[in-house]
Amino acid sequence: MKIFRQFLIVVSSILISLFSVFGTASADDHKGFKLGVVTFLSGPGAEPFGVPAWNGGKLFIDLLNAGKAPAPYNKVGFGGMKITAIPIDENGGATKQVQEFRNLVQRDNVDAVLGYVSSGDCMAIPSVADELQALTVLYDCGTPRVFEDASYKYVFRTAAHAAMDNIAIAKYLISKGYDVSSIAGINQNYSWGKDSWKDFSVSIKKLSPNSTVENELFPKLFSGQFGTEISALINSKAKVVHSSLWGGDLQSFILQAKPRGLFKRTQVVFSAGDHVMPGLGNKYPEGVIVGARGQYGMMAPDTALNRWFYKVYMDKYGVFPAQPPYRMVQGLMGLKMAIEKAMENNGGKKPNKDQIATAFNGLEWEAPGGLVQMKLGNGHQAIQPHAIGKTAKDKDGNITITDIVRYNATCVNPPNGIKATDWIEAGFPGAVCNK
Amino acid sequence: MINKFYNNLIVQSIFLMSILIIMGLFIPNWLVFVITKAIAYGLVALGIVTLMRGGLVSFGQGFVFAIGGYTAGLLGTQAGLTDAILLLFISFLFTGFVGLIIGPLLARYRDIFFAMLSLAFSMVLYGVLIKIDAIGGSDGFVLPESTYFGILPSTEYADYMLYLVSIILSGIVSILLRYYYNSTPGLIALAVRENELRVEYLGASAFTVTVLNFTIAAGLGGMGGALNGIALGHIDPEFSYWTTSGEFVFISILAGYLSVPAVFLAALLLELVRSFSGRYFPDTWQLILGVFLILSIIYIPTGIGSFFKKFMDKLNKKKNK
Repeated sequence: MKIFRQFLIVVSSILISLFSVFGTASADDHKGFKLGVVTFLSGPGAEPFGVPAWNGGKLFIDLLNAGKAPAPYNKVGFGGMKITAIPIDENGGATKQVQEFRNLVQRDNVDAVLGYVSSGDCMAIPSVADELQALTVLYDCGTPRVFEDASYKYVFRTAAHAAMDNIAIAKYLISKGYDVSSIAGINQNYSWGKDSWKDFSVSIKKLSPNSTVENELFPKLFSGQFGTEISALINSKAKVVHSSLWGGDLQSFILQAKPRGLFKRTQVVFSAGDHVMPGLGNKYPEGVIVGARGQYGMMAPDTALNRWFYKVYMDKYGVFPAQPPYRMVQGLMGLKMAIEKAMENNGGKKPNKDQIATAFNGLEWEAPGGLVQMKLGNGHQAIQPHAIGKTAKDKDGNITITDIVRYNATCVNPPNGIKATDWIEAGFPGAVCNK
Repeated sequence: MINKFYNNLIVQSIFLMSILIIMGLFIPNWLVFVITKAIAYGLVALGIVTLMRGGLVSFGQGFVFAIGGYTAGLLGTQAGLTDAILLLFISFLFTGFVGLIIGPLLARYRDIFFAMLSLAFSMVLYGVLIKIDAIGGSDGFVLPESTYFGILPSTEYADYMLYLVSIILSGIVSILLRYYYNSTPGLIALAVRENELRVEYLGASAFTVTVLNFTIAAGLGGMGGALNGIALGHIDPEFSYWTTSGEFVFISILAGYLSVPAVFLAALLLELVRSFSGRYFPDTWQLILGVFLILSIIYIPTGIGSFFKKFMDKLNKKKNK
């Protein structure tokens, strides 16, 4: 019986502590705005991506709550409502995320959820979000299929999808005169990696019909070991190696491929390559063509808003912001604008989710990375201007990005109603690229 | 005497089920969902408990869990079958059938060899599932909303309907399993656990009992997988990954093999600890979960079920006096 008593004590203390925390949480008044934030806080996606994204988000939310952001974001919180953020770890797979999402909506009664880096999670969450009628902002994930294969009422993506990254890189390679006669790819074996490779390889084929595909490698997501893949790439005759690896995978790949000379032997392009630069520093290879999934970090435009964001982030964390914090802040700004617009239409009272969704549809706002327009997916999917550059050492020996080419949003994004792959296959009809 | 035991059992079960069903109307939606999910996990763990009675532990229950989930999911998306009860039943039969086919192969192995071979099956399935793009590859796919006798419940009641179904289902399964555990093959399984050679000399077949146990475990695993998939509305190859299988083993160890309801309680406990640690310690939830697992193994090595049994024994003693 002694053990029984001990067990009871352990279990009841756990339950009491859980319910006491829960009790205080549910006693919160509803004057503010409760926002669930889902991003990688553990695992290989955390250190280079999820954590800096949340650092940027946290900083921006604090500044909003203090009313210290520049115009037009100078209202306190969201339209005067203080923001309470509930961070949740995105690690653990799509099925776990569906459950966490339900917990946020049903248990914590959040007013909106902002999150999701992994494309796998973005494929799983929207149908649940619509089922539960929960306002959801996808701030990062890349797969174009979210709004191409279905439509949702309460789901919005505040950043451009991956087609832009890969079309822009293909255009960059061609316009700069790189040899693309044979290409190879190493991409993670899930929606993001597969869609990225398809968009890139088809774009290259379209722009340079004689080019051939040498290798298509699809290692498992977060496998972390690329020895055999690097051997295959070194032995292949491909002139260009494309990769959409990100997070811990990208770091491992760079650290494993650099000593074996892959970056000197072939022209490597990383479609989302900038976000590991703060972590790797000068270990980052030279001569690599990188995209940042938008005009972010070292490729950000020289605007007052960007200078402000770059400075507050740099002051707080001591490293420059790469794409993750930019994208989360972009999502928060979009949500803020939508809420404040809906509030205005609602006579200054807190709007409900339907009113916010209506206001969000087709919204445009100025973010540090440029103008974001909710133009695709019938007003649910953003497009934004893009930039591609090449890494080089500056005169102090630090890695930086040079040779930057900027692209209009309409130059590298399909028009509304056309699937990205169809648009590429058709040869980019209606693209507006003024250079 | 025996009949009285079962009559009592059935009355108690129905009483407990009705309390839970009524309770479901008043508890918040998230808890309804957590209990449904705990029942799904509990069903799979019950399969492992059934095997444990015969002295075997399967590290690959994710195999049948995934088959059940994908069966329900594919029937839903490809064949348009959305009736939850039907899906659960078909998944149960189908995975049970799969268990019957591979059971004889696995039943020849014992201990770590059995565990590793079952693990191998689940990981092979995982590898296959992430390669098949037609069913979403590693992203998995979304299930259509489920119906009940042709009726699609509104959003507020969808969770409760599934909860209702899973409570009734787990009640029936629990009663039937108690019958089975107390039946001849069920008791032979315990003897196999103690001394397999002697069982064979007495004229009973350890092999047959093991295959039977494995088939039951497979069917339960499949039903759990289908229930989990329907509840979440999403299925991916993680269902078959070894960490998923590990969770089932943990639940069955936490519950012990002495009591059936203890399995569901253990599943619920794990589910609650996991979900609250994820909510309040987003950076360190794995640590909290790990500490919980270590504590429960140190303090209750015989499982929660042993308390139930002690309690019931005491009660019976008092009655006899």
